[in-house]
Amino acid sequence: MSQSFIESTLQGFARAFSKALISEQAAIQPGLLQSLDPRVRVVGILALVIAVVLCHKLAVIGAVLVLGVVVAVASRLSVWSLATRVWFVVLGFTGLISLPALFITPGDRIVLVPELALSISAQGLRTAALLVLRVETAATLTTVLVLCTPWTHILKALRSFRLPTEIVTMLAMTHRYVFLLIETANQMFESRQSRMVGELTGPERRRMTARTAGVLLSKSVELSHEVYLAMLSRGFDGEVRLLTDFRFRVHDYFGLTGFILAACLAIWMGR
Amino acid sequence: MHIPDGYLSPSTCVTLYAFAASGWYSALNRVRRLLATRMIPLISVFAAFSFVVMMFNIPLPGGTTGHALGVTVAAIVLGPSGSILAVSIALAIQALFFGDGGITTLGANCFNMAIVGSVVAYGVYCLIAGKSEVGARRRAFAAAIAGYVSINAAALLTAFEFGIQPTLFHDASGTPLYAPYPLHVAVPAMMIGHLTLAGLAEAVISAGLVSYLQSSDIGLLRGIQGFPGMPGVANSVEDPSPVRLWWIVGFLMLCTPLGILAAGTAWGEWSSADLGNPAARVQIEASSGNRAAPSSVPAGLQKLSAIWTAPFPGYAPRFVKSAGFGYILSAMFGVGLLLLAALIATRIANGLGKWESRS
Repeated sequence: MSQSFIESTLQGFARAFSKALISEQAAIQPGLLQSLDPRVRVVGILALVIAVVLCHKLAVIGAVLVLGVVVAVASRLSVWSLATRVWFVVLGFTGLISLPALFITPGDRIVLVPELALSISAQGLRTAALLVLRVETAATLTTVLVLCTPWTHILKALRSFRLPTEIVTMLAMTHRYVFLLIETANQMFESRQSRMVGELTGPERRRMTARTAGVLLSKSVELSHEVYLAMLSRGFDGEVRLLTDFRFRVHDYFGLTGFILAACLAIWMGR
Repeated sequence: MHIPDGYLSPSTCVTLYAFAASGWYSALNRVRRLLATRMIPLISVFAAFSFVVMMFNIPLPGGTTGHALGVTVAAIVLGPSGSILAVSIALAIQALFFGDGGITTLGANCFNMAIVGSVVAYGVYCLIAGKSEVGARRRAFAAAIAGYVSINAAALLTAFEFGIQPTLFHDASGTPLYAPYPLHVAVPAMMIGHLTLAGLAEAVISAGLVSYLQSSDIGLLRGIQGFPGMPGVANSVEDPSPVRLWWIVGFLMLCTPLGILAAGTAWGEWSSADLGNPAARVQIEASSGNRAAPSSVPAGLQKLSAIWTAPFPGYAPRFVKSAGFGYILSAMFGVGLLLLAALIATRIANGLGKWESRS
């Protein structure tokens, strides 16, 4: 039992590394989204996500999902990776959550299961379908953006939208140190696991986890001191300066217009 | 508890973004004042730590495991302002990079977990820890309770946000357009998991971390350079003078007669007299979607309403003729009672602290 919780934590760390690696590889491939200015990608995908949240018609949300898949394929993302990374996960989670809505939402009965004294209402079916499809579509669009855009470009795009420089810098530094701390925690858990010869009791397991988290906290604070000193040594005076060297080209204008038009159309048709 | 896109209506998302933005703004200003240049690396690394702690599988009694948020530890070490920023940054990375939680719901997630979670955790921790020694076992207990309460407060808020969706946002056929479950389903469904597994996981990691820090790195519990640390702990920085707060309280008390401008009775706050009054019944039915009010005053309501008679019924003491002055007097009385309760609670907490330090 004691191994299982360490192993599941280690598996979580490995999944995070794997996701980051896949994102980095996909982001540097040549493709439709990758060829657009990062600001167009962020604004365009965000507009589509907002449109999906505003839409009340299944067919329109479905059409936006198809558009998202077409953009993903044109950006050289595999449909299977979207299915495993987004669709199955969302279906498992949101599908399970929305299942009882089929039976408990009051409305016109369309299916009756007398043996179980259950009935499915038209309203229940529609609300469950709306929820699952909307979450699938929004998650697909967000994943396509993340997979096709390096994190640094997303941050630069956010900076050009007047997000405070401190916030953008903190997002960038956090992203960088997340992986360093995951690596550190991974090493701590692995070294502990390699030295275990028996079963740990429940309290021992909890103490071990708390100690690992505590050591990680102490290391994090020490790391922040070191990072601060390194920043000072490079002349940091409290003022954050970021380079935003993006330039709009003709096809960026076309791309932005296309995204905004699609979003407006979806909102208008999905009312 | 990470709400994905699509569960909340656009207006709920916008409202919660506005709430979250006010929290971020005040936290950022406060942290800027306290830390200046040290803020960026410290909050960033702490955000990374919170992110990684969220990935830990915490072993729980009964052989199962759960995930913690780490918001309590952040609130204890950094104070609520630093914690709000660090946990918000961690949630933003989760949403933007790992797809855990939505983009349109990021404001809601940050409001529930980072802002409310941090403030509740800090408040409960301070209340229970009182002025006890920094190495006292009471602080580990306080961290456990703070973790448990804060995670459940955040979960309750999330459940409330889910629960109001079908009532407020449905189409003409009655189909809920967003989260489909009303409050009486959403609240128990959300709270069962958090009152048991998630709350316990946060309590275990919070108490465990405070115990670890007490034995190995006690300096962190006194606050990091610039951050205030806990009240009663050496190295703490006094909060600014409360004079400004008193001015605000006084102004709000003077504004209380504005309540007179609102016509009718608040929905659901009807007295047995209202239900027996034909004019009031018309208003009740109009504000309840033209559903008929009960034909007679419910027996239970009539019986229970006679148990206690308020000294200032309807914020209008009987000995005051002016409604406006009655409102102000009621506000002064209410504020006075709250101050008295706070004074008694502080005395009790101080007494417990002294008793513990002696023992």
